[in-house]
Order: sequence, then structure tokens, then C-alpha cells
Amino acid sequence: MQLFDWQFALEILPTLARAAVVTIEATFLGFAIAAVLGLVLAILRRSQNPWISSAAGGFVEFIRSTPVLIQIFFVFFVFPQFGIVIPAFTAGVMALGLHYASYCSEVYRAGLDAIPRGQWEAARALNLSPYRTYYGVIIPQAVPPVVPALGNYLIGMFKETPLLSAIAVVELMQTAKIIGSETFRYLEPITMVGAFFLVMSLISAVGVRQLEAWLHSRRG
Amino acid sequence: MPRDGSFSYRHLWICALLSFIAGLVVASFAGFRQFLPPLLEGAWVTVQITVAACALAVACGLLAGLGKMSPWAPVRWLAITYIEVFRGTSALVQLFWLFFVLPHFGITLDPIPVAILALGLNVGAYGAEVVRGAILAVPRGQYEASIALNMSPLTRMRRIILPQAIVAMIPPWGNLFIELLKATALVSLITVGDLTFRAYQLNQATLQTVQIFLLVLSMYLGIALVITYLMRGLERRMTLGRA
Repeated sequence: MQLFDWQFALEILPTLARAAVVTIEATFLGFAIAAVLGLVLAILRRSQNPWISSAAGGFVEFIRSTPVLIQIFFVFFVFPQFGIVIPAFTAGVMALGLHYASYCSEVYRAGLDAIPRGQWEAARALNLSPYRTYYGVIIPQAVPPVVPALGNYLIGMFKETPLLSAIAVVELMQTAKIIGSETFRYLEPITMVGAFFLVMSLISAVGVRQLEAWLHSRRG
Repeated sequence: MPRDGSFSYRHLWICALLSFIAGLVVASFAGFRQFLPPLLEGAWVTVQITVAACALAVACGLLAGLGKMSPWAPVRWLAITYIEVFRGTSALVQLFWLFFVLPHFGITLDPIPVAILALGLNVGAYGAEVVRGAILAVPRGQYEASIALNMSPLTRMRRIILPQAIVAMIPPWGNLFIELLKATALVSLITVGDLTFRAYQLNQATLQTVQIFLLVLSMYLGIALVITYLMRGLERRMTLGRA
């Protein structure tokens, strides 16, 4: 028996490619949640009210320090108990988004901390509301410098999407396992999934580096 | 799964408080006694896998980190390939590859050794960059001085460079160990009876999702806090008598 059956690999390629679309969808949807929720958490963490800031901080540390797989299980199993049935894909994307929101909030925090005090003081002197301070002054300055760091988390999250196979979302890994269990050939599907992730993350790492260089040159 | 920054002191107590509250909430539910023994059994497996994989990760990280700076090109390429492959594919893919594909090559390992191998190799690849960064951060004068003293490259590394680099490595390694602890949850998917596996089973049997998973999450948090505490202690010890 030959080691790597190229014929078989070619045969399963279309199936895997379709599944890859699900993986990419999950990545971007999850990251959209993470990017927005992360910013909200970062801003709540800076709240004047010590209860709000402590709660946000504790929540972020709690989510960051516990396994994402259990968070996925939790979200997936907990909603039906309250009578809300959501598809596995939605549950998985929500859990991934929540987990990465905690990482993103740390990134945003670094960006917010880098804003000079004078900007806050000027916003206050102009009597801007907290909403306008953030929306008009702080966020436009705080977010662009941290975009590369967010990009790295996007890649990190992309590599975590195989976890969705644990709740039977038919993404890339699950498809590879299904092919494996049907044909008793695991070598080709799993190796191809690995190669797909490797190529995609190498390409996106280059993209992030270029983005970083571009932002750097733009700042002058 | 990179991780920037570390546990801040300010939030350590908040976490402790949160997990305490979570523990109280869980304890107030019936069936607590019934959950705890299997979960503790699973937690023990998780701890064992974490410790073994951490040891392997440190070994791989040191080897690959040093290898990437080797004067011999083939060693460098080998190290770079290892680092890129294990960082570029996800831990779960690596775990499944070792579990499902290695038997094709006539190598059949038990689930636990596969778990340790996969997690150790995965985190070791991230650790290699930590090792390399820490070694490069040692001031150039130290290299020059040890060359001037006619030290062999091995002595230079062992006596001068590594002892200084290790201090800088400890905090990022602490973060990686916590990443590794979190990644051990994946081994439940290759039939290892770890904490996550037990939680999943209990959930299927009793459907008391909130109680079980909150308890399990706070157990993981507890282990993570222990790792943070140990690494802090190690850092204090290593920096003793230094400026």
C-alpha cells in the first residue's frame, strides 16, 4: 500500500474545500463578535465605577484562564436547558467569540492606555459626553495601532476553529474525521487539514506583518 | 494561541473571589457530592498530563530555540520547520494526526502518551521563540566578554548566557504553561479521561450543565492560579541577589 494516496486525496479535495468555507465563516463571524465585545469589555474595565471595572476585569481573567473547549460545551449545552435551541454552529461561534473577546480586550486595553492624558483632558475641557469622548476622540486613535495584534488573534482563532468539531459542527476537522471513519484512511484527510491550516496561517502571518509595516509608515 | 501580558495582581484576588463564589453556588446545588469524586479523578489526569507535557515543552523549546540560532544551516532549517509547522497548525489537528495517522505508520501509542507528545510539541514550538527572544536579549557585551575570556561556545552558553536568559524566560513560560493547561481540555476528544471528559460524561448523564461546567471551569482556574503562583515563586528565586 502506498503511503500517501494522491488519487484519494484528489477525490476528497472538493468535500474538504466545502468544509473549509464553513471554517472560514466561523472564523470571521466569531472574530466580529470578539472585536466588538472585546472593545466593550476594555472600556468597561476603565469605568470609574469600581464594581463595573472589577467585574469586567474578573470576567476577562476568568474567560482567559479557562479552556475554550469547555466554554464551547457550556454555551452549546446551556441554552437548550432554558428552552432556547440554537444550532451548533451558532453556539460554537458565540463561544469562540466570547473567548477571544477576552484576549482582544487586553489588546484594546494596551491601545487605550497608550492614549496621552492630554487627549482625555481636552475631551473633558470640551465638555464631550463619555460616548463622544470614546467615539470621536479615543477610539480613532487607540484602535489602528493595535490592529496587527488583533490580526494575530484572528489567526489564533482560525487555528482554534477545529474545536467546533467537538460539538459536531461540520467544519474542516469534522469532515476529515467523517471521511476517515467512512474510508478507514485518516492519513490523507487529516494531513490535508493540517496543510491547509499551515498554509493559511503562514500567508496571514505575512499579511499581518505587511499591515504592521504599512501602519508604521503611515504614522511616519 | 498566543497570550500577551500576564495575570495582574489586581485581578488575582478577583479571580479567587469569583471562583469561591462559583464554588459556593455549585455547592448549594444538590448532587455536589455525586459530581466531585469523578471530577477530582479527572483533574488528577489533567494535572499529570500538564506536568509531563510542560517538561517536554521546555525540552523542545530549548532545543528548537537554540537550534534556530545554530551556526549549522541544516540544524537551523530543522528547527525552523519544527517551529513553523507546530505553530502554524492547530493543536487539535496535531493531536488527531498523532492519534489517527501514526497507526498508519505502524506506531500505535496509548491516548495519554499521544496527548503528552502533541501538547508538549505544540507548546514547545511557541516556547522556542520565547527561548530565542530571551537569549537575544542578553546584552552583546556579555558575549564579547566571554569570547575575550576564551570560553568555548558551550561554556559561554551554559555559564554566561543561559543563566541570564532564563530569568527573562520565566514569565512568558508561565503564560505558555497556562496555555498548555487550557489545551489539555482537547485530550478529552481522543478518549483520555481528563477533567473535560468527566465533565462531558456527567453532563450527558445528569444534564446539570450550569453546575458541572461552572465547577469544572473554576477547577481549571484554580490549577492556573497554582501555576501562576509557582512561577512567581520561581521568578523570585531566580532573581534573588540580582539587581
